[in-house]
Amino acid sequence: MANQKIKTNDVILQTVTQIILFIIIIFSIYLFFAGHNAPGGGFIGGLMTASAIVLLLIAFDIKTVKKIIPINYILLTSIGLMIAVLSGVGSFFYNESFLSHTFDHFHLPLLGETELATATIFDLGVYLVVIGVTMTIIQTIGETE
Amino acid sequence: MLQTIFIVSLGIIAISSLFLIYRLTKGPSIPDRAVALDAIGINLIGITAIISVVLKTKAFVDVILLIGILAFIGTVAIAKFLEKGEIIENDRNK
Repeated sequence: MANQKIKTNDVILQTVTQIILFIIIIFSIYLFFAGHNAPGGGFIGGLMTASAIVLLLIAFDIKTVKKIIPINYILLTSIGLMIAVLSGVGSFFYNESFLSHTFDHFHLPLLGETELATATIFDLGVYLVVIGVTMTIIQTIGETE
Repeated sequence: MLQTIFIVSLGIIAISSLFLIYRLTKGPSIPDRAVALDAIGINLIGITAIISVVLKTKAFVDVILLIGILAFIGTVAIAKFLEKGEIIENDRNK
Protein backbone atom coordinates (compact mmCIF):
# COMPACT_ATOMS: atom_id res chain seq x y z
CA MET A 1 0.00 0.00 0.00
CA ALA A 2 2.91 2.32 0.69
CA ASN A 3 4.10 2.65 -2.89
CA GLN A 4 0.60 2.77 -4.43
CA LYS A 5 0.28 5.76 -6.73
CA ILE A 6 -2.08 8.51 -5.61
CA LYS A 7 -5.04 8.72 -8.03
CA THR A 8 -5.45 12.20 -9.51
CA ASN A 9 -8.90 13.60 -10.26
CA ASP A 10 -9.11 15.09 -13.77
CA VAL A 11 -12.77 16.14 -13.52
CA ILE A 12 -12.18 19.73 -14.76
CA LEU A 13 -10.14 18.59 -17.78
CA GLN A 14 -12.63 15.85 -18.66
CA THR A 15 -15.68 18.16 -18.39
CA VAL A 16 -14.00 20.87 -20.49
CA THR A 17 -13.01 18.23 -23.06
CA GLN A 18 -16.58 16.98 -23.41
CA ILE A 19 -17.72 20.51 -24.41
CA ILE A 20 -14.72 21.67 -26.48
CA LEU A 21 -14.53 18.40 -28.45
CA PHE A 22 -17.74 19.20 -30.35
CA ILE A 23 -16.61 22.79 -31.06
CA ILE A 24 -13.35 21.51 -32.58
CA ILE A 25 -15.14 18.84 -34.67
CA ILE A 26 -17.71 21.35 -35.99
CA PHE A 27 -14.86 23.78 -36.78
CA SER A 28 -13.03 21.02 -38.69
CA ILE A 29 -16.15 20.15 -40.69
CA TYR A 30 -16.60 23.86 -41.48
CA LEU A 31 -12.96 24.06 -42.64
CA PHE A 32 -13.49 20.96 -44.82
CA PHE A 33 -16.50 22.42 -46.65
CA ALA A 34 -15.10 25.98 -46.80
CA GLY A 35 -12.03 24.79 -48.70
CA HIS A 36 -13.45 25.52 -52.17
CA ASN A 37 -13.91 29.28 -51.86
CA ALA A 38 -12.08 30.20 -48.63
CA PRO A 39 -9.01 29.09 -46.64
CA GLY A 40 -9.42 25.49 -45.50
CA GLY A 41 -9.75 22.12 -47.20
CA GLY A 42 -9.25 18.44 -46.54
CA PHE A 43 -5.76 18.63 -45.05
CA ILE A 44 -6.36 21.20 -42.30
CA GLY A 45 -9.86 19.78 -41.63
CA GLY A 46 -8.41 16.31 -41.09
CA LEU A 47 -5.71 17.69 -38.81
CA MET A 48 -8.32 19.49 -36.67
CA THR A 49 -10.43 16.32 -36.35
CA ALA A 50 -7.29 14.40 -35.37
CA SER A 51 -6.43 17.06 -32.77
CA ALA A 52 -9.95 16.69 -31.31
CA ILE A 53 -9.31 12.95 -30.89
CA VAL A 54 -5.87 13.74 -29.42
CA LEU A 55 -7.55 15.98 -26.83
CA LEU A 56 -9.83 13.04 -26.00
CA LEU A 57 -6.75 10.79 -25.69
CA ILE A 58 -5.08 13.27 -23.31
CA ALA A 59 -8.15 13.69 -21.10
CA PHE A 60 -8.98 9.95 -20.96
CA ASP A 61 -6.84 6.98 -22.07
CA ILE A 62 -6.31 4.79 -25.12
CA LYS A 63 -8.62 2.02 -23.85
CA THR A 64 -11.58 4.40 -23.29
CA VAL A 65 -11.10 6.20 -26.61
CA LYS A 66 -11.02 2.86 -28.44
CA LYS A 67 -14.39 2.10 -26.84
CA ILE A 68 -15.85 5.53 -27.76
CA ILE A 69 -14.50 5.60 -31.36
CA PRO A 70 -14.13 1.97 -32.54
CA ILE A 71 -12.30 2.82 -35.79
CA ASN A 72 -9.33 0.98 -37.29
CA TYR A 73 -7.28 3.96 -38.48
CA ILE A 74 -5.15 1.93 -40.94
CA LEU A 75 -8.39 0.79 -42.63
CA LEU A 76 -9.58 4.44 -42.61
CA THR A 77 -6.39 5.48 -44.45
CA SER A 78 -6.89 2.86 -47.16
CA ILE A 79 -10.58 3.80 -47.55
CA GLY A 80 -9.54 7.44 -48.01
CA LEU A 81 -6.96 6.52 -50.65
CA MET A 82 -9.56 4.41 -52.45
CA ILE A 83 -12.12 7.26 -52.47
CA ALA A 84 -9.48 9.67 -53.88
CA VAL A 85 -8.45 7.23 -56.64
CA LEU A 86 -12.07 6.33 -57.52
CA SER A 87 -12.97 10.04 -57.87
CA GLY A 88 -10.25 10.23 -60.52
CA VAL A 89 -11.19 6.94 -62.20
CA GLY A 90 -14.85 8.06 -62.46
CA SER A 91 -13.93 10.54 -65.18
CA PHE A 92 -13.08 7.60 -67.49
CA PHE A 93 -16.81 6.79 -67.80
CA TYR A 94 -17.41 10.19 -69.48
CA ASN A 95 -14.47 9.92 -71.96
CA GLU A 96 -12.41 12.42 -69.99
CA SER A 97 -8.79 12.17 -68.85
CA PHE A 98 -7.82 10.97 -65.36
CA LEU A 99 -8.71 13.28 -62.41
CA SER A 100 -10.73 15.76 -64.52
CA HIS A 101 -13.45 17.12 -62.24
CA THR A 102 -16.76 18.77 -62.93
CA PHE A 103 -19.41 20.79 -61.08
CA ASP A 104 -23.08 21.63 -61.46
CA HIS A 105 -25.80 23.64 -59.72
CA PHE A 106 -28.50 21.77 -57.82
CA HIS A 107 -31.57 22.80 -55.89
CA LEU A 108 -31.31 21.24 -52.42
CA PRO A 109 -33.96 21.38 -49.69
CA LEU A 110 -33.12 23.88 -46.87
CA LEU A 111 -29.91 25.00 -48.63
CA GLY A 112 -31.47 26.29 -51.85
CA GLU A 113 -29.34 26.77 -54.97
CA THR A 114 -26.03 25.00 -54.27
CA GLU A 115 -22.94 24.40 -56.38
CA LEU A 116 -21.81 20.79 -55.94
CA ALA A 117 -18.35 19.87 -57.26
CA THR A 118 -16.87 16.38 -57.57
CA ALA A 119 -13.60 17.80 -56.19
CA THR A 120 -15.28 17.48 -52.77
CA ILE A 121 -15.12 13.67 -53.13
CA PHE A 122 -11.36 13.88 -53.73
CA ASP A 123 -11.07 16.20 -50.71
CA LEU A 124 -13.00 13.66 -48.61
CA GLY A 125 -10.33 11.10 -49.47
CA VAL A 126 -7.57 13.51 -48.39
CA TYR A 127 -9.52 14.21 -45.16
CA LEU A 128 -9.79 10.50 -44.26
CA VAL A 129 -6.12 9.80 -45.12
CA VAL A 130 -4.91 12.69 -42.94
CA ILE A 131 -7.03 11.53 -39.95
CA GLY A 132 -5.89 7.91 -40.41
CA VAL A 133 -2.16 8.65 -40.73
CA THR A 134 -2.08 11.15 -37.84
CA MET A 135 -4.00 8.89 -35.45
CA THR A 136 -1.95 5.83 -36.44
CA ILE A 137 1.31 7.68 -35.62
CA ILE A 138 0.03 9.07 -32.31
CA GLN A 139 -1.59 5.83 -31.10
CA THR A 140 1.46 3.73 -32.05
CA ILE A 141 3.78 6.04 -30.11
CA GLY A 142 1.37 6.26 -27.16
CA GLU A 143 0.88 2.49 -26.82
CA THR A 144 4.58 1.60 -26.48
CA GLU A 145 5.68 1.25 -22.87
CA MET B 1 -5.74 57.86 -37.24
CA LEU B 2 -7.18 54.39 -36.70
CA GLN B 3 -4.24 52.91 -38.63
CA THR B 4 -1.80 54.57 -36.18
CA ILE B 5 -3.66 53.05 -33.22
CA PHE B 6 -3.39 49.58 -34.78
CA ILE B 7 0.36 49.98 -35.43
CA VAL B 8 0.94 51.22 -31.86
CA SER B 9 -1.02 48.31 -30.34
CA LEU B 10 0.94 45.87 -32.52
CA GLY B 11 4.13 47.37 -31.07
CA ILE B 12 2.80 47.02 -27.52
CA ILE B 13 1.91 43.34 -28.08
CA ALA B 14 5.36 42.78 -29.63
CA ILE B 15 7.05 44.28 -26.54
CA SER B 16 4.91 42.08 -24.26
CA SER B 17 5.90 39.03 -26.35
CA LEU B 18 9.57 40.02 -25.95
CA PHE B 19 9.19 40.04 -22.15
CA LEU B 20 7.47 36.64 -22.37
CA ILE B 21 10.41 35.31 -24.40
CA TYR B 22 12.67 36.59 -21.59
CA ARG B 23 10.59 34.55 -19.12
CA LEU B 24 10.77 31.58 -21.50
CA THR B 25 14.58 31.58 -21.59
CA LYS B 26 15.24 32.65 -17.98
CA GLY B 27 12.31 30.91 -16.23
CA PRO B 28 13.65 29.04 -13.20
CA SER B 29 11.12 26.17 -13.39
CA ILE B 30 9.44 24.32 -16.27
CA PRO B 31 5.87 25.47 -15.38
CA ASP B 32 7.06 29.08 -15.74
CA ARG B 33 8.13 28.29 -19.29
CA ALA B 34 4.83 26.49 -20.07
CA VAL B 35 2.78 29.49 -18.89
CA ALA B 36 5.02 31.83 -20.92
CA LEU B 37 4.47 29.71 -24.05
CA ASP B 38 0.69 29.75 -23.50
CA ALA B 39 0.70 33.54 -23.13
CA ILE B 40 2.82 33.91 -26.30
CA GLY B 41 0.12 31.90 -28.11
CA ILE B 42 -2.56 34.27 -26.83
CA ASN B 43 -0.43 37.22 -27.99
CA LEU B 44 -0.15 35.61 -31.44
CA ILE B 45 -3.95 35.52 -31.61
CA GLY B 46 -4.04 39.26 -30.91
CA ILE B 47 -1.33 39.98 -33.50
CA THR B 48 -3.21 37.92 -36.12
CA ALA B 49 -6.47 39.76 -35.40
CA ILE B 50 -4.90 43.23 -35.62
CA ILE B 51 -2.95 42.36 -38.78
CA SER B 52 -6.11 41.05 -40.45
CA VAL B 53 -7.78 44.39 -39.63
CA VAL B 54 -4.78 46.34 -40.98
CA LEU B 55 -4.72 44.31 -44.20
CA LYS B 56 -8.55 44.65 -44.51
CA THR B 57 -9.10 40.91 -45.09
CA LYS B 58 -11.28 38.21 -43.54
CA ALA B 59 -8.95 35.37 -44.59
CA PHE B 60 -7.21 35.12 -41.22
CA VAL B 61 -10.33 34.67 -39.07
CA ASP B 62 -9.95 30.86 -39.14
CA VAL B 63 -6.33 31.18 -38.02
CA ILE B 64 -7.43 32.89 -34.78
CA LEU B 65 -9.62 29.97 -33.68
CA LEU B 66 -6.94 27.53 -34.89
CA ILE B 67 -4.17 29.09 -32.75
CA GLY B 68 -6.53 29.12 -29.77
CA ILE B 69 -7.32 25.40 -30.07
CA LEU B 70 -3.68 24.43 -30.70
CA ALA B 71 -2.41 26.53 -27.75
CA PHE B 72 -5.00 24.89 -25.46
CA ILE B 73 -4.15 21.33 -26.54
CA GLY B 74 -0.40 21.99 -26.32
CA THR B 75 -0.66 23.48 -22.82
CA VAL B 76 -2.84 20.59 -21.62
CA ALA B 77 -0.31 18.09 -23.04
CA ILE B 78 2.64 19.85 -21.29
CA ALA B 79 0.68 20.02 -18.01
CA LYS B 80 -0.19 16.32 -18.15
CA PHE B 81 3.44 15.40 -18.90
CA LEU B 82 4.64 17.44 -15.91
CA GLU B 83 2.08 15.87 -13.58
CA LYS B 84 2.02 12.20 -14.64
CA GLY B 85 5.20 11.68 -16.67
CA GLU B 86 3.27 10.48 -19.75
CA ILE B 87 0.90 12.30 -22.07
CA ILE B 88 -1.26 9.40 -23.36
CA GLU B 89 -1.97 6.64 -20.86
CA ASN B 90 -2.90 3.10 -21.81
CA ASP B 91 -5.35 2.53 -18.96
CA ARG B 92 -5.95 5.21 -16.36
CA ASN B 93 -7.77 2.88 -13.92
CA LYS B 94 -4.84 0.49 -13.61
